[in-house]
Amino acid sequence: MPSVCLYFQVHQPCRLRRYSFFDVGSLHDYEDEAENRRILDRVAEKCYLPAGALLLRLIQEYDGAFRVAFSLSGVVLDQLERYRPDVLESFQRLSATGCVEFLNETDSHSLAFLFSQREFRAQVLRHRERIRSLFEQEGQTFRHTELIYSDALAAAVEKMGYRTILAEGSEKILGRRSPNLIYRPNGCKKLKLLLRNYRLSDDVAFRFSDRNWAEYPLTAAKYAHWLHRIRREEAVVNLFMDYETIGEHQWRETGIFDFLRALPGEILRHPDFCFRTPAEAAAEREPAGEIACPDFISWADEERDTTAWLGNAMQQDAAGKLYNLETAVRRRKDEGLLRSWRMLQTSDHLYYMCTKWFSDGDVHRYFNPYESPYEAYINYMNIIDDLSQRVKRQKEKSHDRGAGILSF
Amino acid sequence: MRILMFGWEFPPRMSGGLGTACYGMTAALASLGHRITFVLPRDSEAGAAPFLDLVSTAGILVSDADRDDGAEATLRRLALRPLPSRLHPYLSAGRYRVLYLSEETKFPITAGIYGPDLIAEAIRYGRAGGVLARTSTFDVIHAHDWMTVPAALRARRISGRPLILHIHSLEYDRSGENGNEEIFAIEREGMEKADRIIAVSHRTKRMIVARYSIPEEKISVVYNAVSKTEARQAYRTERQGEGKMVLFLGRITFQKGPDYFVEAAAQVLHVLPDVTFVMAGAGDMMGRMIERVAELGIGDRFHFTGFLQGEEIERIFSLCDLYVMPSVSEPFGISPLEAMSYDVPVILSRQSGVSEILRHALKVDFWDVREMAAKIIAVLKHPVLADAMAEKAREELRKVRWETAAEKIAAIYRETAGR
Repeated sequence: MPSVCLYFQVHQPCRLRRYSFFDVGSLHDYEDEAENRRILDRVAEKCYLPAGALLLRLIQEYDGAFRVAFSLSGVVLDQLERYRPDVLESFQRLSATGCVEFLNETDSHSLAFLFSQREFRAQVLRHRERIRSLFEQEGQTFRHTELIYSDALAAAVEKMGYRTILAEGSEKILGRRSPNLIYRPNGCKKLKLLLRNYRLSDDVAFRFSDRNWAEYPLTAAKYAHWLHRIRREEAVVNLFMDYETIGEHQWRETGIFDFLRALPGEILRHPDFCFRTPAEAAAEREPAGEIACPDFISWADEERDTTAWLGNAMQQDAAGKLYNLETAVRRRKDEGLLRSWRMLQTSDHLYYMCTKWFSDGDVHRYFNPYESPYEAYINYMNIIDDLSQRVKRQKEKSHDRGAGILSF
Repeated sequence: MRILMFGWEFPPRMSGGLGTACYGMTAALASLGHRITFVLPRDSEAGAAPFLDLVSTAGILVSDADRDDGAEATLRRLALRPLPSRLHPYLSAGRYRVLYLSEETKFPITAGIYGPDLIAEAIRYGRAGGVLARTSTFDVIHAHDWMTVPAALRARRISGRPLILHIHSLEYDRSGENGNEEIFAIEREGMEKADRIIAVSHRTKRMIVARYSIPEEKISVVYNAVSKTEARQAYRTERQGEGKMVLFLGRITFQKGPDYFVEAAAQVLHVLPDVTFVMAGAGDMMGRMIERVAELGIGDRFHFTGFLQGEEIERIFSLCDLYVMPSVSEPFGISPLEAMSYDVPVILSRQSGVSEILRHALKVDFWDVREMAAKIIAVLKHPVLADAMAEKAREELRKVRWETAAEKIAAIYRETAGR
């Protein structure tokens, strides 16, 4: 009996203000508050609220047979808590149905695992705690920022007590095996791996409204038919996509809401099919085999690797400079410094510096608030400059304080 | 197709971007199989273009009939009038050279190509155009900028062949609101009577529509390019040592925005005192710029080279760490492409046509001195940024080809000739 596992990623970066070199040393507020607010409001109205209401209705209508999962980044949680508690409540209503799983990730939507194990752990624990207190759910499933994954990550995640981890169903790790099975990460004993079926996921996320696509227009009936053709031995079809697909990337006018409304009914028409959350799907089966993944993979671009964030020298320089501040930032024990440093870890800031513009470029530009990757780098480095000066000044202050005590 | 092309300068005798552009364009057109008769005023030493027939008007005997055969209104008015001496107060000898040049002037003015009275030159050139139109066979006429308008219009009237006027620069770009009314009138008449207009950027096209009231449908945009040899060059070896060098290269005139460069330099030096700024070129604002540099007290870090040519230009490009083009109004602007071919990162004004096609350059509004200074500081401070820009620019440059431009131009030939 194959399960359909529908998971939506919810994330909005904290966009940075235009921060000039001449602001360094005098301006310590790095956020473009107005822009973040404007975009959050837009996405809330176009996606979060109407999609949340629709999902709630579907869950009630199908009386538990329709189930979904969400992962909300800590960055979007910050923004919702501050500006849109109504959206947060819509997620809480969904959680109360008992049919919705909330996943854990790095709180700052960061690449911390690639730079600092200590910081990675701290962010995961922080996110786990927030999800626990907001939705009263103990995190069972982990997904890394941008679905980045490797054997080493799986090992670390297993050690932190998770039972399930998500990754991209890339041929790089699957070879000719099916993404619709449950696997065991290489070297793990308990952790189970669910792999995104990227063709079926992207049929909705990217191609849904593409008039040049041979399958346009995509109806729920047609889509369900594709799912029903999957062999009975296969366990789970993982459809992972951005929540913003519903109503924001694919506008209401494309018919995406009608599609979603009809989808559960069309899929459940086949008696062998059911919906499961990632933790449920993984718990029901034993792994079909082991998957080795020595190098990092992700769900981004055609390369499905980390080059969208760390592919060029500017990105590596920026990330390196940021994580070099870790020890100093921790020593200061200053909440404001720590918050700024973590906010700057969000992967989007690095994504804006990507220069792979010529094939995958279009997607990058759509999400990029900067005129060019160079502007993104300059802006970010100016802020890093200011942050390191703040760290240094704090140090001098604490020295002075120390000296004062001694002189008494 | 056979093309009668009216130009004003051609390598090696030239003073600016127009000659460079004509060379690249005609070479690429010839390789597509088009036959070009390229007409130049006066004597030309050019022998370096085996792909076209270079005709100089110097050897053409102009008969009385060609002297005045009822030319177009504006031109007749000009032609009949004695050379207007009242032009001189605001058209000093130096200013005169400045007037017409389309792009960066990096070569010294070659005496002889541009006479003391440019308008009179253009009209003399125009008469010869009539003779050529009568004696040679061609399918279309292709003319570059206002100096060739008298010749081109005459050739059009006599031959009945369509005229394509190629706009590399407008009087408004060169002189702002204080442009020469008569040149403005020649430009307008040329564009009104031409069958098609080619503009070197969308920026120029918009200006033609807004300031000359020419219908948009008549204007096509074809970007300039760099020739293969230019794009292949790569000198990086000379750049070394601690002190970084920032270059301005072009005419020191209103159009090129040298004053914004000087002000930005002062702000940069406040932060990075070891940087050297170089202003290469000459022009009517040079004196004022020297004074301003002295006033700001940055004379020890700011150098004026005067006109540079040939190898000197190659050398200065290979020595500098950053090229800045702060133009107030630039129809296209080929020099950033040249800088890029030397692996030099580029900051350019948004008010330039070339900024429409370059992605791997930093862009600023010419008047935003603070932002210009901030970006100069960023490039100098972060070698990683400079290298990334230079590397990507090299890839980008490979796509800016004269062959592409020539194909578009050839399509315009076919459309106009087919009418």
